[in-house]
Amino acid sequence: MIWDALTLQLGYNATLVAIGATLLGVSAGVTGTFLFLRKRALVSDAISHATLPGVCLAFMVLVALGGDGRNLLGLLAGSAISAWVGLLCMNWLTRRTRLAEDAAIGAVLSVFFGFGIVLLTIIQTMGVGRQAGLEGFLLGSTAGMLWADAMIIAIGGSATLLLVLILRRPMTLVAFDPEYAAARGLPIHRIDLAMMGLVMAVTVVGLKIVGLILIVALLIIPAVTARFWSERSEHVVLLAGLAGGLAGYIGAAISASAPNLPTGPIIVLVSFAFFVLSLFCAPKRGVLAAVLRHLRFQRRVHIRQGLLALAQGQKIYEPLTLRLLRRAGLVRPDGVATDSGKARAAKALRDEKRWEIVRADQAHEATAALYDGLRDIETVLTHDQIAEIDRQIGGPQGVPV
Amino acid sequence: MLGLVSNDGVTLEDSGLGESPLAVRGLTVSYGQKPAVFSVDMTVQPGAMTAIIGPNGAGKSTLLKAALGIVNPLSGQVTVFGQPLEAQRARIAYVPQRASVDWDFPTRVIDVVLMGLSRELGLLGRVRARHKACAMDCLNRVGMRDFADRQIGQLSGGQQQRVFLARALAQGADLYLLDEPFAGVDAATEKAIIAVLKSLKEAGKTVVVVHHDLATVTDYFDHVFLINTRKVAEGPVSEAFTAETLQAAYGGRLATAQIDQISRALG
Repeated sequence: MIWDALTLQLGYNATLVAIGATLLGVSAGVTGTFLFLRKRALVSDAISHATLPGVCLAFMVLVALGGDGRNLLGLLAGSAISAWVGLLCMNWLTRRTRLAEDAAIGAVLSVFFGFGIVLLTIIQTMGVGRQAGLEGFLLGSTAGMLWADAMIIAIGGSATLLLVLILRRPMTLVAFDPEYAAARGLPIHRIDLAMMGLVMAVTVVGLKIVGLILIVALLIIPAVTARFWSERSEHVVLLAGLAGGLAGYIGAAISASAPNLPTGPIIVLVSFAFFVLSLFCAPKRGVLAAVLRHLRFQRRVHIRQGLLALAQGQKIYEPLTLRLLRRAGLVRPDGVATDSGKARAAKALRDEKRWEIVRADQAHEATAALYDGLRDIETVLTHDQIAEIDRQIGGPQGVPV
Repeated sequence: MLGLVSNDGVTLEDSGLGESPLAVRGLTVSYGQKPAVFSVDMTVQPGAMTAIIGPNGAGKSTLLKAALGIVNPLSGQVTVFGQPLEAQRARIAYVPQRASVDWDFPTRVIDVVLMGLSRELGLLGRVRARHKACAMDCLNRVGMRDFADRQIGQLSGGQQQRVFLARALAQGADLYLLDEPFAGVDAATEKAIIAVLKSLKEAGKTVVVVHHDLATVTDYFDHVFLINTRKVAEGPVSEAFTAETLQAAYGGRLATAQIDQISRALG
């Protein structure tokens, strides 16, 4: 069943949803990364909650004009307008009052959402309102997704991606160093507004699939996930798009493979699974890697300290140090150094002196920055460089490298 | 009217201000109801190294930021090479305080320097070999060539500062404005930065530095601008950097011994 879903063989609606969710995941991941880099992730939550009054008011207007109120384009236009109003309110509160951004986010989010819920309740007491399914915009509802709905998502998502491509450099510069960007004459506030406008576009486009409550997850989790895997912003952006797209696709497939599984929340959970995987398994920034790195570092520190103690004829008391030295064959069980232990100890002492020279010499600065008190010097310098340093140290030559 | 434009577009000098790389008139900046900079006039001399000096909270950085339009002044005018700021932005390179950015940002040293080329790169232009070569050359000038591929979070404070300077160099500007470039950096970095700044001066560029170390002013700079919310003194170091002006700028905040020491150093 899940295989059928992944290969898009579960019928027309499931295929439409899967394609739509993938496109939404890619654009949300890519766009959300800039918000994340700008450290304004929660702004997206306020934007998305501010869409609700717009959806309801648009529905009322559509009904008043004689329709059945279920025109998706009309509802999305309404949601975009009220989200934009919410965004401007938040911007105004942050820039013109002494409120911090988090307070502004809280105020806008709750007031707009509360107002939206009031309108939603009123609509449900209306005759036509009950069948409208507006509450589907809260958590997304993909059951009755139409070709036209998928097209709206595809066009909206692609347009957003295109704009992100055009604005990526100014947005990155503003995120990294806003003061410098301002000094270069970049219109900081307009770039920020454009970034949040793009987030708003993704939110509106995603209302049908994940709904307004959970869209924040699709905007932020892929970016946070991608950050574990790369130290370069452009790669983080691409990886976030990949993670978001995969989450959308797999999530849609899983929800299609069994009855009564909600699409949006499943997509969010798949996205979360990627996050957890990255949190633990990412090679540099992951938790496991950090633990292993720490343990390895601790072992190296102990061995190094042990070797230096041997070289200087000091007694070693630390049990872990002794155990590690014994296991490496550097000392005998009675604590006396073996031949290879003596050689390594002499070398360790010599390396200390060599590092001293390297660290005092500005010409070796890039090398000195690698100093951690443990590294064998031949891993960072050539034989000729080491010979030159040995000449500066003087004393017996030819200590093995 | 500070500069008159003749028919052939050449800016005519009026009281010598037209040619100044950075001229500020009646600048007032206020955070809330308390002015940080009040009615300040400043005329930066071309081809010189100028230090902006004053006690903590005297408005040194604010003056620089307002001159660059990073913060909005309440009043006042700024001209750059005799023209409005916006027309001359491309000729200014700014080095912000190191602490103003998040050094865990996912970017490498070379990427930061390439930001200095953002005007040439435009929105969609690709980073080509010549851009990379230019960035590497700038890194070389601050002694950071070997760090090009490192993540910026791995750098020491002094190295971060030199990367910021390399980014400014990449702009190829005529006026360099640096905010506390020597704050919290190692001696090697200070030497490297001052060497670069002196080479800029020799190439005819103008350098303005917000500076806090009074002991090095005479060694490093030609001109000083003393500020304590209001302008205290301005001119060549030998004339404007005296025990009297320092006393006026710092008031009781500078120990008498410090002032004596500096006056002795000044002869």
